[in-house]
Amino acid sequence: MFRLLIGLIGVLLLIAAVGCQGRPDPTATSAPTSVPEPTTAPRVASAQGPGELVVYSGRSESLVGPIIEQFADATGIDVSVKYGSTSEIAATILEEGANSPADIFFAQDPGGLAAVESMFATLPNDVLSHVPANFRSPDGKWIGLSGRARVIVYNTDRVSPGDLPSDLRGFTDPEWEGRIGWPPTNGSFQAMVTAMRVIWGETETRAWLEGIQANNPQTYPKNTPTVAAAGAGEIDVGFVNHYYLYRFLAEEGEGFAARNAHLTGGGPGAMILVAGAGVLDGADNSENAIKFIEFMLSTVAQQYFAGSTYEYPLIEGVNVNRLLTPLADINAPEVDMADLGDLEGTLDLLRDTGVLP
Amino acid sequence: MSTTAVDFGNKRVVARVRRRPPFSLTLAASLLGAAVVLPVIYLAIRTFEAGSETLADILFRPRVAAIILRSFVLVAIVSAASAVLALALGWLIERTDLPFRRLWSIVTVLPLVIPSYIMAFLFISVFAPRGMVQRIFAEPFGIQEIPSFYGLPGAAIVLILVSYPYTLLTVRAALRGSGRALEEASRTLGKGPWETFFRVTLPQLRPAIASGSLLVALYTISDFGAVSLLRFETFTWAIYVQYTSYVDRTAAAALSIVLVGFAIVIFLATTRVHGEQAFEETHQAELGGADQSSTPLGRWKYPALALCSLTTFVALVIPMAVLLFWLIRGVSAGEELGIVWGAAINSAVVSGSAATVAVVAALPVVVLAVRYPGFFSSAIDRVSHMGFALPGLVIALALVFFGSRLVPALYQTHAMLVFAYLVLFLPVAMGPLRSSLLQVNPRVEEAGRTLGKRPLQVFSTITIPLLRPGILAGGALVFLTAMKELPATLLLSPLDFGNLATRVWAASSEAFFAQAALPALLLVVISAIPMMFLIGRRRTAQA
Repeated sequence: MFRLLIGLIGVLLLIAAVGCQGRPDPTATSAPTSVPEPTTAPRVASAQGPGELVVYSGRSESLVGPIIEQFADATGIDVSVKYGSTSEIAATILEEGANSPADIFFAQDPGGLAAVESMFATLPNDVLSHVPANFRSPDGKWIGLSGRARVIVYNTDRVSPGDLPSDLRGFTDPEWEGRIGWPPTNGSFQAMVTAMRVIWGETETRAWLEGIQANNPQTYPKNTPTVAAAGAGEIDVGFVNHYYLYRFLAEEGEGFAARNAHLTGGGPGAMILVAGAGVLDGADNSENAIKFIEFMLSTVAQQYFAGSTYEYPLIEGVNVNRLLTPLADINAPEVDMADLGDLEGTLDLLRDTGVLP
Repeated sequence: MSTTAVDFGNKRVVARVRRRPPFSLTLAASLLGAAVVLPVIYLAIRTFEAGSETLADILFRPRVAAIILRSFVLVAIVSAASAVLALALGWLIERTDLPFRRLWSIVTVLPLVIPSYIMAFLFISVFAPRGMVQRIFAEPFGIQEIPSFYGLPGAAIVLILVSYPYTLLTVRAALRGSGRALEEASRTLGKGPWETFFRVTLPQLRPAIASGSLLVALYTISDFGAVSLLRFETFTWAIYVQYTSYVDRTAAAALSIVLVGFAIVIFLATTRVHGEQAFEETHQAELGGADQSSTPLGRWKYPALALCSLTTFVALVIPMAVLLFWLIRGVSAGEELGIVWGAAINSAVVSGSAATVAVVAALPVVVLAVRYPGFFSSAIDRVSHMGFALPGLVIALALVFFGSRLVPALYQTHAMLVFAYLVLFLPVAMGPLRSSLLQVNPRVEEAGRTLGKRPLQVFSTITIPLLRPGILAGGALVFLTAMKELPATLLLSPLDFGNLATRVWAASSEAFFAQAALPALLLVVISAIPMMFLIGRRRTAQA
């Protein structure tokens, strides 16, 4: 029996070893020569070398690790990264205050960036102008680097896209009782509720939250378990960001029984959000931090986001992943990031309606 | 050695004699007390930033009372069930002729190393209303949904499975440390094995059960991963919600202060049992060296084997099988798996350091608390437990706050990370040490003193060898707990640091299941190796 245990360990170590060999060398595929040096990038005096950069990333290493590595290879900058969830990293930067070793904060959603906005330096206009005005902070404190759409993820065995209402208001109908899943603690979800307050007004947003509550929604801590539940048929529909589905399809194959739907009637349920970054005020390596942002908005990096993380590119001339609905076909509402600043008001409303404690 | 049984009645008197602790002991314990009190100071700073009105507003939100009640119910169920399971397994492994004891002694402890959010996610994929079990076993019979796994039942089951090893190892250390003279006397007097267990063994184990249950209870109240996925809204869940909402560090701190009070209640409830300190006995088994005869199980062998197998199957085989399934599915779909050797080495090195440091640091605190009971020693004892009672994220942020301000040179270094583990896991090392020390007859130590040895000499030549089972069990528990620790590892580790726990998290949070499976499996497998040396049941000496 004891030998069995040893045997099992041996087998697993073997798998691990094979796993190591199976990993392709990231530099081999990325062809660093093709990486364009962004034309607008300020040239650092090369006497002291390319220097360093400390990135605090609220985006997972699984998603952005490879592209950060490409940035380091292309520029020769000595990049160090600290990974965590966006909220944890935001809290860390706030606790560190002026002592923060971070040069740049790469965040999963605008809420995380807004939380530390007071500690960001204002970005140069030529950097900000890379993306449309609604995908960056109104004060130029942070900038979107990739886009994601709010969608309805639905179970294909139980719902056909034709059954879905044209906008979020339809889900307060009693026919959706017990069929909805949502992650109310998620930053993107909260940004959507903020957009609701802007587009629909306080009264209607409150009525909507109460209407969904009356339909006994299942609560999930994050998007990933919500999408998993939709695939398993535990819920019929979920309110999530679009790109999680494609990870499940990659892992489980086409048999994964959930797909995304964009609400045809538009409104807050069809809005486009961004992941983005801001440079810390007084950062030791602020020039390299600007280079980082410029690189992430280069064609190469935007193609990476479109191809590998199933996100929407934010610059012209980069194709959307063929699995995704093109932005032009999404009936997204006109919302300015400037209007999404009142997270506090959204949290009060979520607490008031008993959605959050 | 049998003399201990004879003058059993006098020992309480010996234990109660008030002596002044040696200065070095007080100093060491005070330094540790100062270190572990940091998070509480941080919480006080953050809480008092808010005015009293805001504070009242936060604490009297409508759902807070219900959440407190729910947390108590969960803690009670998880601690009680873990104690029963741990007692049964511990006794079978240490005291009977159960077949494959060496195997059981290792595998029954390993579930501790599985992060609770992973265990919860795996269990959801298997047992959720439309999980694997429903699809494979129920759907063919037309059953569309099996009873919901969410809420209290799921949260309790998952937390029992990842935390019962705290009580199990503490109980096992106590069983190893205590001699069998009393049990044998009971048998000689014609009492059956059951009566001996309930009237002799069980009362002897009470301090160990209390120490272990304290750890289980504190682990349960500070867990976020399992309760959030299984939708049982507890106090720590509420605290995390404040952090995920970005703006509310004050609310999080205020709720954490309530959690501190909560932890003190649990602490007092369990240390009431320690206070009796009734059963001290020299370590016959350890001093004698040889393993003594085991209770023959006879026809009870099969139910006993069934219990061990079922526990291992549910807590270890099911999770590992699902992970293996993820891995194979991913690899056959052409998923790339990352390199994990560096991560594995990082995990082993920092967890090994944490275990060593925590055990060494726990010694003075435990000796002071057990041998020199008083206001000061019990205050340090109590404060030491706060790190384990509070959510890991709160402790991590507290150390971010102090570390980046007070010791910038050490901030985000390995030393800082190990220090964070010390603050978090000091009580984990203290639990088994305490129950072991309670078994060491102070008279043995006093004999050393009368023979002219200095206190430190007595400690290192007499007490430490007698504490061996507690030291090994404490080290093993800290090692396993540190292997899976996440928030402090993410926030306080050096830049570019990655270990198995951070790998599992990074991959699983973005639904890279195959990439998450490999480091998760390695977490279990690599942990098995030190367990063989630390707590593996030695082969029974041939008669």
